[in-house]
Amino acid sequence: MASLVKGKILGVIGDEDTVVGFLLGGVGELNKARKPNYLIVDKNTAVTEIEEAFKTMCAREDIAIILINQHIAEMIRYAVDQHTASIPAVLEIPSKEAPYDPSKDSILNRARGLFNPEDFR
Amino acid sequence: MSGGGKDRISVFPSRMAQTLMKARLKGAQKGHSLLKKKSDALNMRFRDILRKIVENKVLMGEVMKEAAFSLAEAKFTAGDFSHTVIQNVSTAQYRVRMKKENVVGVFLPVFDAYKDGPDAYDLTGLGKGGANIARLKANYSKAVELLVELATLQTCFITLDEAIKVTNRRVNAIEHVIIPRIENTLTYIVTELDEMEREEFFRMKKIQANKKKQREAEAVEKAKAGVETEGVERSAAQAKNLLQQEDNLPVLF
Repeated sequence: MASLVKGKILGVIGDEDTVVGFLLGGVGELNKARKPNYLIVDKNTAVTEIEEAFKTMCAREDIAIILINQHIAEMIRYAVDQHTASIPAVLEIPSKEAPYDPSKDSILNRARGLFNPEDFR
Repeated sequence: MSGGGKDRISVFPSRMAQTLMKARLKGAQKGHSLLKKKSDALNMRFRDILRKIVENKVLMGEVMKEAAFSLAEAKFTAGDFSHTVIQNVSTAQYRVRMKKENVVGVFLPVFDAYKDGPDAYDLTGLGKGGANIARLKANYSKAVELLVELATLQTCFITLDEAIKVTNRRVNAIEHVIIPRIENTLTYIVTELDEMEREEFFRMKKIQANKKKQREAEAVEKAKAGVETEGVERSAAQAKNLLQQEDNLPVLF
């Protein structure tokens, strides 16, 4: 029950602006091993590094929700698509440069065939 | 014979098996209707959630836009503070509690965001641009709240999707496999029982005919052996014979 009392945290993978914004919003945390729950992706970040970070976050017990910029999710789309468990929930968020595109979202893609997301507009 | 080559449960065709199958058929039908209801309830919820997700995703776009804009504003007034922010990370202020919601026996996880502990960045922007940073924090808090809600919906969506698939599979299995199989078994048992009854009837007839033939043969032999036999004796023998015959019947079958 300790984790329930303490509550779970959020993970953020995004460009610098997004991450800084969410850190100011108060989601950042360093765990005992000084490992952050966020990853700042810039031009020099390798795709393998992003994927690695994403997979570690998925494996972490204390993370309930992973926020990821959509253009970064695009880079590791296969890893995001592979993640089918309900917890942690992977949320694709728009970034400053790239507006949100519902047709790329893994979740909404899964819903397609069943429903057309555009119908609900 | 109907039901012979078809898919059916291998049972011995007896009255007992028939009642058993009838009970199973009833159970399967009941289960089917219950599962159908469950699947309908889940589907209703599912559509509801999907609509909310789409609504929230659109809303999220706007909230994020506003948040990103306020970040740009704050950067303009307070200079580049991202490094201080990144350096000062310690413990998360926003945490989520997990709760479970029960929808017709399916547990849906619900995230509940709450603020806990001190604000790690209350000194950021002390020199200049404090108001903008405060607005920025408020905007991002709002975004986090919205995103947590969206995450709840999304997990519900995934869980429900899974649950609906399982339920529909079960409904279809009962409807298209189990019920026809039981029905086949029932028809098989009924035809087999009828067949047995006909056989029995035929056998009875045959035995009676045989006995009659035998009796006639005996009578002819007796008549051949001696005419001396008294009429009284013969009638008595006949009466005894009849009794014997009745005695014999249940022993035979």
